Amino acid sequence: MVPVLRNVLKAPCPLENENGCVTSAVEAGGTMIISIASGKGGTGKTTIATSLALAIGKVQFLDCDVEEPNAHIFLKPQIQERIAVGILVPRVDESRCTFCRKCAEVCEYNAIVVIKKKVLVFPDLCHGCGGCAYICPESAIAEIEKPIGVVERGRAGEIDFIHGVLNIGEPMAPPLIREVKKHIDYHDNCVIIDASPGTSCPVVEAVKGSDFCILVTEPTPFGLNDLGLAVAMLRKLAIPCGVVINCADIGDDEVMRYCDREGIPILMTIPWDRRIAAAYSTGIPLVEALPHYKSGFVDLYETLRKEVN
Amino acid sequence: MKQLTVISGKGGTGKTTLTAAIATLSRSHVLADCDVDAADLHLILEPAVEKCADFQGGKTALIDSDTCTQCDECIRRCRFDAIHHYTVDAIACEGCGVCARVCPQGAVTMQQHVSGQWFISRTRAGYMVHARLGIAEENSGKLVTLVRQQAKLIAERENKEIVIIDGPPGIGCPVIAAITGVDLLLAVAEPTLSGIHDLERVVGVAQHFNVPVMVCVNKYDINPLNTTTIEAFCAKNGLAVAGKIPYEKNVTRAMVHKKSIIEYPCGKATEEVTKLWEQVSQRLRNNKE
Repeated sequence: MVPVLRNVLKAPCPLENENGCVTSAVEAGGTMIISIASGKGGTGKTTIATSLALAIGKVQFLDCDVEEPNAHIFLKPQIQERIAVGILVPRVDESRCTFCRKCAEVCEYNAIVVIKKKVLVFPDLCHGCGGCAYICPESAIAEIEKPIGVVERGRAGEIDFIHGVLNIGEPMAPPLIREVKKHIDYHDNCVIIDASPGTSCPVVEAVKGSDFCILVTEPTPFGLNDLGLAVAMLRKLAIPCGVVINCADIGDDEVMRYCDREGIPILMTIPWDRRIAAAYSTGIPLVEALPHYKSGFVDLYETLRKEVN
Repeated sequence: MKQLTVISGKGGTGKTTLTAAIATLSRSHVLADCDVDAADLHLILEPAVEKCADFQGGKTALIDSDTCTQCDECIRRCRFDAIHHYTVDAIACEGCGVCARVCPQGAVTMQQHVSGQWFISRTRAGYMVHARLGIAEENSGKLVTLVRQQAKLIAERENKEIVIIDGPPGIGCPVIAAITGVDLLLAVAEPTLSGIHDLERVVGVAQHFNVPVMVCVNKYDINPLNTTTIEAFCAKNGLAVAGKIPYEKNVTRAMVHKKSIIEYPCGKATEEVTKLWEQVSQRLRNNKE
Protein backbone atom coordinates (compact mmCIF):
# COMPACT_ATOMS: atom_id res chain seq x y z
CA MET A 1 0.00 0.00 0.00
CA VAL A 2 1.14 3.47 -0.83
CA PRO A 3 0.60 5.99 1.95
CA VAL A 4 -1.75 8.80 1.01
CA LEU A 5 -0.86 12.12 2.54
CA ARG A 6 -3.13 15.09 2.63
CA ASN A 7 -1.74 18.34 1.46
CA VAL A 8 -3.91 21.41 1.56
CA LEU A 9 -2.70 24.01 -0.83
CA LYS A 10 -3.15 27.15 1.20
CA ALA A 11 -1.03 29.47 -0.85
CA PRO A 12 -0.27 28.13 -4.31
CA CYS A 13 3.05 29.64 -5.26
CA PRO A 14 5.83 28.80 -7.66
CA LEU A 15 9.34 27.92 -6.67
CA GLU A 16 10.91 30.72 -4.82
CA ASN A 17 14.06 31.54 -2.93
CA GLU A 18 14.19 33.36 0.39
CA ASN A 19 13.69 36.72 -1.35
CA GLY A 20 10.46 35.46 -2.79
CA CYS A 21 11.84 35.35 -6.31
CA VAL A 22 11.53 32.55 -8.78
CA THR A 23 14.85 30.84 -8.50
CA SER A 24 17.34 30.47 -11.26
CA ALA A 25 18.44 27.03 -10.31
CA VAL A 26 22.08 27.25 -11.27
CA GLU A 27 22.47 30.10 -8.77
CA ALA A 28 20.95 27.81 -6.16
CA GLY A 29 23.91 25.49 -5.80
CA GLY A 30 24.80 23.92 -9.12
CA THR A 31 21.34 22.68 -9.93
CA MET A 32 20.30 22.92 -13.55
CA ILE A 33 16.67 22.83 -14.64
CA ILE A 34 16.02 21.86 -18.25
CA SER A 35 12.44 22.00 -19.48
CA ILE A 36 11.11 20.39 -22.63
CA ALA A 37 8.25 22.14 -24.44
CA SER A 38 7.00 22.36 -28.01
CA GLY A 39 3.99 24.50 -28.86
CA LYS A 40 2.60 21.81 -31.14
CA GLY A 41 1.62 18.54 -29.54
CA GLY A 42 2.90 15.13 -30.53
CA THR A 43 6.30 16.32 -31.77
CA GLY A 44 8.26 14.16 -29.33
CA LYS A 45 8.62 16.09 -26.05
CA THR A 46 8.29 12.98 -23.93
CA THR A 47 10.61 10.99 -26.20
CA ILE A 48 13.34 13.62 -25.82
CA ALA A 49 12.73 14.22 -22.11
CA THR A 50 12.80 10.54 -21.13
CA SER A 51 15.80 9.70 -23.31
CA LEU A 52 17.74 12.68 -21.98
CA ALA A 53 16.98 11.57 -18.41
CA LEU A 54 18.03 7.98 -19.10
CA ALA A 55 21.23 9.12 -20.84
CA ILE A 56 22.26 11.36 -17.92
CA GLY A 57 21.27 8.81 -15.29
CA LYS A 58 21.02 10.54 -11.95
CA VAL A 59 18.34 13.21 -12.42
CA GLN A 60 15.02 14.37 -11.10
CA PHE A 61 12.30 13.94 -13.69
CA LEU A 62 9.14 16.06 -13.38
CA ASP A 63 6.26 15.31 -15.72
CA CYS A 64 4.37 18.61 -15.62
CA ASP A 65 1.89 17.65 -18.34
CA VAL A 66 -0.63 16.96 -15.61
CA GLU A 67 -3.56 16.83 -18.04
CA GLU A 68 -2.09 13.99 -20.07
CA PRO A 69 1.01 12.69 -18.29
CA ASN A 70 2.83 10.04 -20.34
CA ALA A 71 6.43 9.87 -19.13
CA HIS A 72 5.62 7.11 -16.60
CA ILE A 73 4.71 4.86 -19.54
CA PHE A 74 8.36 5.05 -20.67
CA LEU A 75 10.25 5.35 -17.37
CA LYS A 76 8.03 2.86 -15.50
CA PRO A 77 8.72 4.24 -12.01
CA GLN A 78 7.89 2.42 -8.78
CA ILE A 79 5.55 4.92 -7.13
CA GLN A 80 6.38 5.24 -3.44
CA GLU A 81 4.40 8.27 -2.41
CA ARG A 82 1.04 9.80 -3.33
CA ILE A 83 0.06 13.28 -2.26
CA ALA A 84 -3.46 14.56 -2.80
CA VAL A 85 -3.59 18.17 -3.93
CA GLY A 86 -6.48 20.53 -3.57
CA ILE A 87 -7.33 24.18 -3.87
CA LEU A 88 -9.37 26.16 -1.37
CA VAL A 89 -12.92 26.98 -2.39
CA PRO A 90 -15.57 28.81 -0.39
CA ARG A 91 -18.25 27.18 1.75
CA VAL A 92 -21.00 29.51 2.87
CA ASP A 93 -22.72 29.21 6.22
CA GLU A 94 -26.18 30.43 5.22
CA SER A 95 -27.30 30.79 8.83
CA ARG A 96 -24.82 33.67 9.18
CA CYS A 97 -25.18 35.01 5.64
CA THR A 98 -27.17 38.23 5.19
CA PHE A 99 -27.13 37.89 1.38
CA CYS A 100 -25.37 41.23 1.03
CA ARG A 101 -23.77 40.04 -2.24
CA LYS A 102 -20.32 41.38 -1.40
CA CYS A 103 -18.78 37.96 -2.12
CA ALA A 104 -20.36 37.84 -5.56
CA GLU A 105 -19.17 41.37 -6.31
CA VAL A 106 -15.58 40.61 -5.34
CA CYS A 107 -15.35 37.35 -7.32
CA GLU A 108 -13.72 37.97 -10.71
CA TYR A 109 -14.53 34.45 -11.92
CA ASN A 110 -18.31 34.32 -11.30
CA ALA A 111 -17.69 31.40 -8.98
CA ILE A 112 -20.05 32.65 -6.30
CA VAL A 113 -23.53 34.01 -7.04
CA VAL A 114 -26.28 35.26 -4.75
CA ILE A 115 -29.85 34.75 -5.94
CA LYS A 116 -32.43 36.12 -3.51
CA LYS A 117 -31.87 34.10 -0.30
CA LYS A 118 -29.52 31.56 -1.80
CA VAL A 119 -25.75 31.55 -2.37
CA LEU A 120 -24.49 29.33 -5.16
CA VAL A 121 -20.82 28.32 -5.34
CA PHE A 122 -19.31 26.97 -8.57
CA PRO A 123 -16.09 25.27 -7.44
CA ASP A 124 -14.94 24.60 -11.03
CA LEU A 125 -14.80 28.34 -11.73
CA CYS A 126 -13.05 29.20 -8.45
CA HIS A 127 -9.35 30.11 -8.58
CA GLY A 128 -8.97 29.92 -4.81
CA CYS A 129 -8.02 33.57 -4.36
CA GLY A 130 -9.80 33.85 -1.00
CA GLY A 131 -11.38 37.21 -1.89
CA CYS A 132 -14.91 36.17 -0.87
CA ALA A 133 -13.86 34.89 2.56
CA TYR A 134 -11.84 38.06 3.12
CA ILE A 135 -14.64 40.43 2.15
CA CYS A 136 -17.56 38.73 3.95
CA PRO A 137 -18.62 41.10 6.76
CA GLU A 138 -20.39 38.28 8.62
CA SER A 139 -17.47 35.81 8.45
CA ALA A 140 -19.95 33.40 6.91
CA ILE A 141 -17.48 32.01 4.38
CA ALA A 142 -15.01 29.30 5.27
CA GLU A 143 -12.53 27.88 2.78
CA ILE A 144 -12.58 24.15 2.26
CA GLU A 145 -10.28 22.00 0.21
CA LYS A 146 -11.45 20.79 -3.14
CA PRO A 147 -9.29 17.97 -4.55
CA ILE A 148 -7.92 18.68 -8.03
CA GLY A 149 -5.43 15.87 -8.49
CA VAL A 150 -2.53 13.93 -7.10
CA VAL A 151 1.25 14.18 -7.12
CA GLU A 152 3.04 10.83 -7.33
CA ARG A 153 6.69 10.27 -6.61
CA GLY A 154 8.84 7.21 -7.07
CA ARG A 155 12.01 5.81 -8.53
CA ALA A 156 12.94 4.57 -11.95
CA GLY A 157 16.48 3.26 -11.55
CA GLU A 158 18.60 6.26 -10.66
CA ILE A 159 15.84 8.67 -11.65
CA ASP A 160 13.80 10.44 -8.97
CA PHE A 161 10.43 10.54 -10.73
CA ILE A 162 7.60 12.98 -9.91
CA HIS A 163 4.43 13.65 -11.84
CA GLY A 164 1.02 15.20 -11.34
CA VAL A 165 -2.26 13.67 -12.46
CA LEU A 166 -5.15 16.11 -12.81
CA ASN A 167 -8.57 14.77 -11.86
CA ILE A 168 -10.97 14.10 -14.75
CA GLY A 169 -13.29 17.07 -15.23
CA GLU A 170 -11.02 19.44 -13.32
CA PRO A 171 -10.25 22.54 -15.42
CA MET A 172 -7.26 24.06 -13.64
CA ALA A 173 -3.83 22.52 -14.14
CA PRO A 174 -1.47 25.29 -12.87
CA PRO A 175 -1.99 24.77 -9.10
CA LEU A 176 -1.13 21.07 -9.52
CA ILE A 177 1.94 21.91 -11.64
CA ARG A 178 3.10 24.24 -8.86
CA GLU A 179 2.82 21.35 -6.40
CA VAL A 180 4.85 19.03 -8.65
CA LYS A 181 7.59 21.66 -8.87
CA LYS A 182 7.77 22.04 -5.09
CA HIS A 183 9.55 18.65 -5.13
CA ILE A 184 12.60 20.07 -6.92
CA ASP A 185 15.77 19.38 -4.96
CA TYR A 186 18.14 22.33 -5.28
CA HIS A 187 21.31 20.62 -4.13
CA ASP A 188 23.67 19.99 -7.02
CA ASN A 189 21.02 18.40 -9.10
CA CYS A 190 19.83 18.09 -12.67
CA VAL A 191 16.11 18.48 -13.18
CA ILE A 192 14.22 17.61 -16.35
CA ILE A 193 10.71 19.00 -16.78
CA ASP A 194 8.33 17.64 -19.39
CA ALA A 195 5.72 20.32 -20.23
CA SER A 196 2.34 20.07 -21.95
CA PRO A 197 1.75 21.28 -25.54
CA GLY A 198 0.61 24.83 -26.22
CA THR A 199 1.86 28.18 -24.93
CA SER A 200 -0.65 29.25 -22.30
CA CYS A 201 -0.79 29.04 -18.50
CA PRO A 202 0.04 25.35 -17.89
CA VAL A 203 3.13 25.60 -20.11
CA VAL A 204 4.23 28.90 -18.55
CA GLU A 205 3.84 27.34 -15.11
CA ALA A 206 5.90 24.30 -16.13
CA VAL A 207 8.83 26.10 -17.78
CA LYS A 208 9.03 29.10 -15.41
CA GLY A 209 12.32 29.10 -13.50
CA SER A 210 14.09 26.82 -15.99
CA ASP A 211 17.69 27.53 -16.94
CA PHE A 212 17.13 26.29 -20.46
CA CYS A 213 14.20 25.08 -22.52
CA ILE A 214 14.47 22.50 -25.30
CA LEU A 215 11.77 23.03 -27.90
CA VAL A 216 10.90 19.90 -29.82
CA THR A 217 9.38 20.49 -33.22
CA GLU A 218 8.77 18.86 -36.58
CA PRO A 219 9.65 20.51 -39.89
CA THR A 220 6.08 21.20 -41.03
CA PRO A 221 3.97 24.36 -41.27
CA PHE A 222 2.14 23.42 -38.03
CA GLY A 223 5.42 22.66 -36.28
CA LEU A 224 6.94 25.96 -37.41
CA ASN A 225 3.92 28.08 -36.51
CA ASP A 226 3.71 26.65 -33.00
CA LEU A 227 7.49 26.80 -32.55
CA GLY A 228 7.32 30.55 -33.23
CA LEU A 229 4.67 30.92 -30.51
CA ALA A 230 6.73 28.88 -28.05
CA VAL A 231 9.87 30.94 -28.76
CA ALA A 232 7.90 34.15 -28.14
CA MET A 233 6.66 32.75 -24.84
CA LEU A 234 10.20 31.83 -23.73
CA ARG A 235 11.54 35.24 -24.72
CA LYS A 236 8.85 36.86 -22.60
CA LEU A 237 9.97 34.66 -19.69
CA ALA A 238 13.65 35.31 -20.49
CA ILE A 239 14.48 31.61 -20.73
CA PRO A 240 17.16 30.63 -23.28
CA CYS A 241 16.14 27.91 -25.73
CA GLY A 242 17.33 25.55 -28.43
CA VAL A 243 15.51 23.32 -30.86
CA VAL A 244 15.36 19.58 -31.49
CA ILE A 245 13.92 18.77 -34.90
CA ASN A 246 12.15 15.44 -34.82
CA CYS A 247 11.06 13.54 -37.93
CA ALA A 248 13.58 15.89 -39.55
CA ASP A 249 13.08 14.62 -43.10
CA ILE A 250 9.29 14.66 -43.39
CA GLY A 251 8.42 18.23 -44.35
CA ASP A 252 10.36 21.22 -45.62
CA ASP A 253 13.35 23.26 -44.44
CA GLU A 254 11.43 26.27 -43.11
CA VAL A 255 12.12 25.39 -39.47
CA MET A 256 15.89 25.33 -40.20
CA ARG A 257 15.64 28.73 -41.87
CA TYR A 258 13.60 30.14 -39.02
CA CYS A 259 16.17 28.97 -36.42
CA ASP A 260 18.96 30.37 -38.52
CA ARG A 261 17.21 33.73 -38.86
CA GLU A 262 16.37 33.94 -35.17
CA GLY A 263 19.77 32.72 -33.98
CA ILE A 264 18.28 29.72 -32.17
CA PRO A 265 20.65 26.73 -31.95
CA ILE A 266 19.53 23.42 -33.42
CA LEU A 267 20.62 20.97 -30.75
CA MET A 268 19.73 17.72 -32.45
CA THR A 269 17.91 16.33 -35.46
CA ILE A 270 16.22 12.93 -35.49
CA PRO A 271 15.00 11.44 -38.77
CA TRP A 272 11.63 9.76 -39.17
CA ASP A 273 12.23 6.10 -38.46
CA ARG A 274 9.56 3.40 -38.25
CA ARG A 275 11.61 1.70 -35.51
CA ILE A 276 11.34 4.83 -33.34
CA ALA A 277 7.60 5.09 -33.98
CA ALA A 278 7.14 1.39 -33.17
CA ALA A 279 9.18 1.63 -29.95
CA TYR A 280 7.26 4.74 -28.91
CA SER A 281 3.95 2.98 -29.50
CA THR A 282 4.86 0.25 -27.01
CA GLY A 283 6.33 2.55 -24.36
CA ILE A 284 10.02 1.82 -25.05
CA PRO A 285 12.30 4.87 -24.68
CA LEU A 286 14.28 5.90 -27.75
CA VAL A 287 17.69 5.30 -26.12
CA GLU A 288 16.67 1.76 -25.20
CA ALA A 289 15.29 0.89 -28.61
CA LEU A 290 18.20 2.47 -30.48
CA PRO A 291 21.12 2.67 -28.00
CA HIS A 292 23.39 4.49 -30.46
CA TYR A 293 21.31 7.62 -29.75
CA LYS A 294 22.54 7.66 -26.16
CA SER A 295 25.83 9.45 -26.87
CA GLY A 296 23.90 12.17 -28.69
CA PHE A 297 21.84 12.84 -25.57
CA VAL A 298 24.94 12.83 -23.34
CA ASP A 299 26.53 15.38 -25.70
CA LEU A 300 23.33 17.42 -25.61
CA TYR A 301 23.49 17.48 -21.83
CA GLU A 302 27.15 18.59 -21.85
CA THR A 303 26.31 21.34 -24.35
CA LEU A 304 23.52 22.61 -22.12
CA ARG A 305 25.73 22.53 -19.01
CA LYS A 306 28.25 24.77 -20.79
CA GLU A 307 25.50 26.99 -22.20
CA VAL A 308 23.90 27.55 -18.82
CA ASN A 309 27.14 28.18 -16.97
CA MET B 1 -27.87 23.31 -36.06
CA LYS B 2 -25.41 20.81 -34.58
CA GLN B 3 -22.00 21.24 -32.99
CA LEU B 4 -19.14 18.79 -33.48
CA THR B 5 -15.81 19.09 -31.63
CA VAL B 6 -12.65 17.29 -32.73
CA ILE B 7 -10.49 16.46 -29.70
CA SER B 8 -7.69 14.08 -28.82
CA GLY B 9 -6.33 14.39 -25.30
CA LYS B 10 -2.82 13.78 -26.60
CA GLY B 11 -1.44 16.48 -28.87
CA GLY B 12 -0.34 15.87 -32.44
CA THR B 13 -2.63 12.96 -33.24
CA GLY B 14 -4.11 14.71 -36.28
CA LYS B 15 -7.01 16.85 -35.01
CA THR B 16 -6.36 19.78 -37.31
CA THR B 17 -5.54 17.62 -40.35
CA LEU B 18 -8.83 15.80 -39.82
CA THR B 19 -10.78 19.01 -39.18
CA ALA B 20 -9.44 20.54 -42.41
CA ALA B 21 -10.45 17.39 -44.31
CA ILE B 22 -13.93 17.42 -42.82
CA ALA B 23 -14.22 21.13 -43.66
CA THR B 24 -13.62 20.35 -47.33
CA LEU B 25 -16.07 17.41 -47.29
CA SER B 26 -18.94 19.03 -45.40
CA ARG B 27 -21.32 21.19 -47.43
CA SER B 28 -23.01 23.27 -44.76
CA HIS B 29 -20.94 24.43 -41.83
CA VAL B 30 -19.07 27.15 -39.97
CA LEU B 31 -15.58 26.42 -38.60
CA ALA B 32 -14.32 27.35 -35.13
CA ASP B 33 -10.63 26.93 -34.33
CA CYS B 34 -10.70 26.58 -30.56
CA ASP B 35 -7.04 25.64 -30.11
CA VAL B 36 -6.52 29.28 -29.23
CA ASP B 37 -2.98 29.10 -27.87
CA ALA B 38 -1.53 27.15 -30.82
CA ALA B 39 -4.03 27.55 -33.66
CA ASP B 40 -3.06 25.87 -36.94
CA LEU B 41 -6.21 25.48 -39.04
CA HIS B 42 -5.56 28.86 -40.70
CA LEU B 43 -2.32 27.46 -42.16
CA ILE B 44 -4.36 25.12 -44.37
CA LEU B 45 -7.44 27.22 -45.05
CA GLU B 46 -5.73 30.60 -45.56
CA PRO B 47 -8.52 32.77 -44.21
CA ALA B 48 -9.30 36.27 -45.47
CA VAL B 49 -10.07 38.17 -42.28
CA GLU B 50 -13.35 40.10 -42.42
CA LYS B 51 -13.54 41.12 -38.80
CA CYS B 52 -10.89 41.37 -36.12
CA ALA B 53 -11.58 42.27 -32.51
CA ASP B 54 -9.64 42.45 -29.26
CA PHE B 55 -10.25 39.88 -26.57
CA GLN B 56 -10.53 41.51 -23.16
CA GLY B 57 -9.38 38.55 -21.16
CA GLY B 58 -8.78 39.53 -17.62
CA LYS B 59 -7.35 42.11 -15.33
CA THR B 60 -3.89 42.62 -13.93
CA ALA B 61 -3.02 44.46 -10.75
CA LEU B 62 -0.87 47.57 -10.91
CA ILE B 63 0.76 49.09 -7.82
CA ASP B 64 1.32 52.83 -7.71
CA SER B 65 4.75 53.09 -6.12
CA ASP B 66 4.15 56.70 -5.02
CA THR B 67 1.13 55.74 -2.91
CA CYS B 68 2.44 52.34 -1.71
CA THR B 69 3.76 52.38 1.87
CA GLN B 70 5.24 48.86 1.58
CA CYS B 71 3.00 47.48 4.34
CA ASP B 72 3.14 44.01 2.73
CA GLU B 73 -0.59 43.38 3.12
CA CYS B 74 -0.99 42.64 -0.62
CA ILE B 75 1.98 40.24 -0.57
CA ARG B 76 0.50 38.36 2.39
CA ARG B 77 -2.92 38.07 0.78
CA CYS B 78 -1.88 37.14 -2.77
CA ARG B 79 -2.47 33.44 -3.27
CA PHE B 80 -0.59 33.39 -6.57
CA ASP B 81 2.75 34.72 -5.36
CA ALA B 82 2.46 37.45 -7.95
CA ILE B 83 3.85 40.41 -5.98
CA HIS B 84 7.59 40.77 -5.45
CA HIS B 85 9.33 43.90 -4.24
CA TYR B 86 6.01 45.79 -4.49
CA THR B 87 5.65 45.15 -8.19
CA VAL B 88 3.19 42.78 -9.81
CA ASP B 89 4.41 39.86 -11.91
CA ALA B 90 1.88 40.20 -14.73
CA ILE B 91 2.38 36.58 -15.78
CA ALA B 92 1.68 35.16 -12.31
CA CYS B 93 -1.20 37.59 -11.56
CA GLU B 94 -4.60 35.93 -12.02
CA GLY B 95 -6.50 39.19 -11.80
CA CYS B 96 -8.49 38.25 -8.69
CA GLY B 97 -8.29 41.79 -7.30
CA VAL B 98 -7.70 40.77 -3.68
CA CYS B 99 -4.60 42.99 -3.47
CA ALA B 100 -6.61 46.02 -4.58
CA ARG B 101 -9.24 45.26 -1.93
CA VAL B 102 -6.78 44.83 0.92
CA CYS B 103 -4.50 47.79 0.20
CA PRO B 104 -5.13 50.34 2.97
CA GLN B 105 -3.69 53.13 0.79
CA GLY B 106 -5.71 52.36 -2.32
CA ALA B 107 -2.42 52.05 -4.19
CA VAL B 108 -3.46 49.03 -6.28
CA THR B 109 -5.68 49.33 -9.32
CA MET B 110 -6.93 46.58 -11.58
CA GLN B 111 -6.21 47.18 -15.26
CA GLN B 112 -8.30 45.49 -17.91
CA HIS B 113 -5.99 44.31 -20.65
CA VAL B 114 -6.17 42.88 -24.12
CA SER B 115 -5.21 39.20 -23.95
CA GLY B 116 -5.63 38.32 -27.58
CA GLN B 117 -7.53 38.82 -30.79
CA TRP B 118 -10.34 36.95 -32.44
CA PHE B 119 -11.31 36.90 -36.10
CA ILE B 120 -14.19 36.15 -38.40
CA SER B 121 -12.81 35.07 -41.77
CA ARG B 122 -13.85 33.71 -45.12
CA THR B 123 -12.06 30.62 -46.34
CA ARG B 124 -12.50 28.37 -49.37
CA ALA B 125 -14.24 26.01 -46.92
CA GLY B 126 -16.70 28.60 -45.65
CA TYR B 127 -16.74 30.91 -42.65
CA MET B 128 -14.21 30.40 -39.93
CA VAL B 129 -13.95 31.97 -36.48
CA HIS B 130 -10.48 31.79 -34.99
CA ALA B 131 -8.37 33.52 -32.38
CA ARG B 132 -4.91 34.20 -31.13
CA LEU B 133 -4.32 34.22 -27.41
CA GLY B 134 -1.57 36.63 -26.43
CA ILE B 135 1.79 35.17 -25.43
CA ALA B 136 1.70 33.68 -21.92
CA GLU B 137 -1.87 34.94 -21.39
CA GLU B 138 -4.60 33.41 -19.28
CA ASN B 139 -8.28 32.84 -19.88
CA SER B 140 -8.00 30.50 -22.83
CA GLY B 141 -11.31 28.93 -21.76
CA LYS B 142 -13.06 32.28 -21.98
CA LEU B 143 -11.66 32.87 -25.47
CA VAL B 144 -12.75 29.39 -26.58
CA THR B 145 -16.27 30.17 -25.40
CA LEU B 146 -16.23 33.46 -27.31
CA VAL B 147 -15.06 31.77 -30.54
CA ARG B 148 -17.76 29.13 -30.19
CA GLN B 149 -20.49 31.73 -29.60
CA GLN B 150 -19.46 33.73 -32.65
CA ALA B 151 -19.36 30.63 -34.85
CA LYS B 152 -22.82 29.65 -33.64
CA LEU B 153 -24.22 33.09 -34.43
CA ILE B 154 -22.88 32.90 -37.98
CA ALA B 155 -24.23 29.37 -38.43
CA GLU B 156 -27.69 30.54 -37.33
CA ARG B 157 -27.58 33.62 -39.54
CA GLU B 158 -26.34 31.73 -42.60
CA ASN B 159 -28.56 28.74 -41.93
CA LYS B 160 -25.66 26.29 -41.74
CA GLU B 161 -26.15 22.79 -40.41
CA ILE B 162 -22.99 22.26 -38.35
CA VAL B 163 -20.43 24.16 -36.35
CA ILE B 164 -17.18 22.19 -36.68
CA ILE B 165 -14.87 22.92 -33.74
CA ASP B 166 -11.15 22.12 -33.80
CA GLY B 167 -10.38 21.53 -30.13
CA PRO B 168 -7.22 21.93 -28.09
CA PRO B 169 -5.17 19.04 -26.66
CA GLY B 170 -5.32 18.08 -22.99
CA ILE B 171 -8.29 17.78 -20.64
CA GLY B 172 -8.17 21.14 -18.83
CA CYS B 173 -10.08 24.40 -19.01
CA PRO B 174 -9.95 25.16 -22.78
CA VAL B 175 -10.94 21.56 -23.58
CA ILE B 176 -13.88 21.70 -21.21
CA ALA B 177 -14.91 25.04 -22.78
CA ALA B 178 -14.67 23.44 -26.25
CA ILE B 179 -16.81 20.38 -25.48
CA THR B 180 -19.56 21.40 -23.06
CA GLY B 181 -22.97 21.31 -24.69
CA VAL B 182 -21.85 20.06 -28.12
CA ASP B 183 -23.80 17.32 -29.91
CA LEU B 184 -20.87 15.02 -30.67
CA LEU B 185 -17.15 14.66 -30.06
CA LEU B 186 -14.80 13.07 -32.51
CA ALA B 187 -11.78 11.87 -30.53
CA VAL B 188 -8.66 11.27 -32.62
CA ALA B 189 -6.40 8.63 -31.08
CA GLU B 190 -3.11 7.14 -32.17
CA PRO B 191 -2.34 3.49 -31.47
CA THR B 192 0.44 4.08 -28.95
CA LEU B 193 0.40 3.44 -25.21
CA SER B 194 0.45 7.22 -24.64
CA GLY B 195 -2.37 7.63 -27.14
CA ILE B 196 -4.50 4.99 -25.39
CA HIS B 197 -3.82 6.47 -21.95
CA ASP B 198 -4.75 9.97 -23.13
CA LEU B 199 -7.84 8.79 -25.01
CA GLU B 200 -9.14 7.11 -21.86
CA ARG B 201 -8.75 10.35 -19.91
CA VAL B 202 -10.40 12.57 -22.52
CA VAL B 203 -13.30 10.11 -22.90
CA GLY B 204 -13.62 10.32 -19.11
CA VAL B 205 -13.99 14.10 -19.41
CA ALA B 206 -16.60 13.67 -22.17
CA GLN B 207 -18.58 11.25 -19.99
CA HIS B 208 -18.25 13.64 -17.04
CA PHE B 209 -19.95 16.34 -19.13
CA ASN B 210 -22.36 13.92 -20.81
CA VAL B 211 -21.20 14.45 -24.37
CA PRO B 212 -21.38 11.52 -26.83
CA VAL B 213 -18.09 10.42 -28.42
CA MET B 214 -17.05 8.74 -31.66
CA VAL B 215 -13.44 7.64 -32.02
CA CYS B 216 -11.09 7.85 -34.98
CA VAL B 217 -7.86 5.82 -34.90
CA ASN B 218 -5.20 7.68 -36.86
CA LYS B 219 -2.14 5.87 -38.28
CA TYR B 220 -3.81 2.68 -37.05
CA ASP B 221 -1.28 0.47 -38.87
CA ILE B 222 1.69 1.84 -36.84
CA ASN B 223 0.70 -0.66 -34.16
CA PRO B 224 -2.27 -2.93 -35.05
CA LEU B 225 -2.23 -4.53 -31.60
CA ASN B 226 -2.75 -1.18 -29.88
CA THR B 227 -5.49 -0.41 -32.42
CA THR B 228 -7.25 -3.58 -31.26
CA THR B 229 -6.92 -2.37 -27.67
CA ILE B 230 -8.53 0.95 -28.63
CA GLU B 231 -11.36 -0.87 -30.39
CA ALA B 232 -11.92 -3.04 -27.32
CA PHE B 233 -11.94 0.06 -25.10
CA CYS B 234 -14.53 1.66 -27.41
CA ALA B 235 -16.70 -1.47 -27.43
CA LYS B 236 -16.59 -1.67 -23.64
CA ASN B 237 -17.61 1.98 -23.31
CA GLY B 238 -20.26 1.91 -26.02
CA LEU B 239 -18.32 4.25 -28.31
CA ALA B 240 -18.54 3.87 -32.08
CA VAL B 241 -15.27 3.77 -34.02
CA ALA B 242 -15.95 6.20 -36.87
CA GLY B 243 -12.91 5.17 -38.86
CA LYS B 244 -9.35 3.89 -38.97
CA ILE B 245 -6.92 5.92 -41.04
CA PRO B 246 -3.66 4.33 -42.25
CA TYR B 247 -0.27 6.02 -41.99
CA GLU B 248 0.40 7.83 -45.24
CA LYS B 249 3.56 9.84 -45.87
CA ASN B 250 1.79 12.22 -48.24
CA VAL B 251 -0.32 13.65 -45.42
CA THR B 252 2.64 15.86 -44.46
CA ARG B 253 3.07 16.88 -48.11
CA ALA B 254 -0.57 18.01 -48.16
CA MET B 255 0.11 20.20 -45.12
CA VAL B 256 3.23 21.69 -46.72
CA HIS B 257 1.12 22.53 -49.80
CA LYS B 258 -1.54 24.17 -47.60
CA LYS B 259 -4.15 21.65 -48.74
CA SER B 260 -6.48 19.38 -46.88
CA ILE B 261 -6.00 15.68 -47.56
CA ILE B 262 -9.20 15.80 -49.61
CA GLU B 263 -7.77 18.54 -51.86
CA TYR B 264 -4.36 16.85 -52.00
CA PRO B 265 -5.23 13.15 -52.31
CA CYS B 266 -3.33 10.85 -49.98
CA GLY B 267 -4.46 7.44 -51.19
CA LYS B 268 -6.04 5.20 -48.58
CA ALA B 269 -5.94 7.93 -45.91
CA THR B 270 -8.16 10.17 -48.06
CA GLU B 271 -10.54 7.29 -48.78
CA GLU B 272 -10.86 6.40 -45.12
CA VAL B 273 -11.45 9.99 -44.01
CA THR B 274 -14.19 10.31 -46.63
CA LYS B 275 -15.89 7.20 -45.24
CA LEU B 276 -15.39 8.46 -41.71
CA TRP B 277 -17.15 11.71 -42.51
CA GLU B 278 -20.17 9.77 -43.83
CA GLN B 279 -20.39 7.95 -40.50
CA VAL B 280 -19.98 11.09 -38.42
CA SER B 281 -22.36 13.28 -40.42
CA GLN B 282 -24.99 10.54 -40.36
CA ARG B 283 -24.66 10.25 -36.59
CA LEU B 284 -25.09 14.04 -36.32
CA ARG B 285 -28.20 13.97 -38.50
CA ASN B 286 -29.71 11.10 -36.48
CA ASN B 287 -28.92 12.92 -33.28
CA LYS B 288 -32.29 14.69 -33.00
CA GLU B 289 -32.26 18.08 -31.34
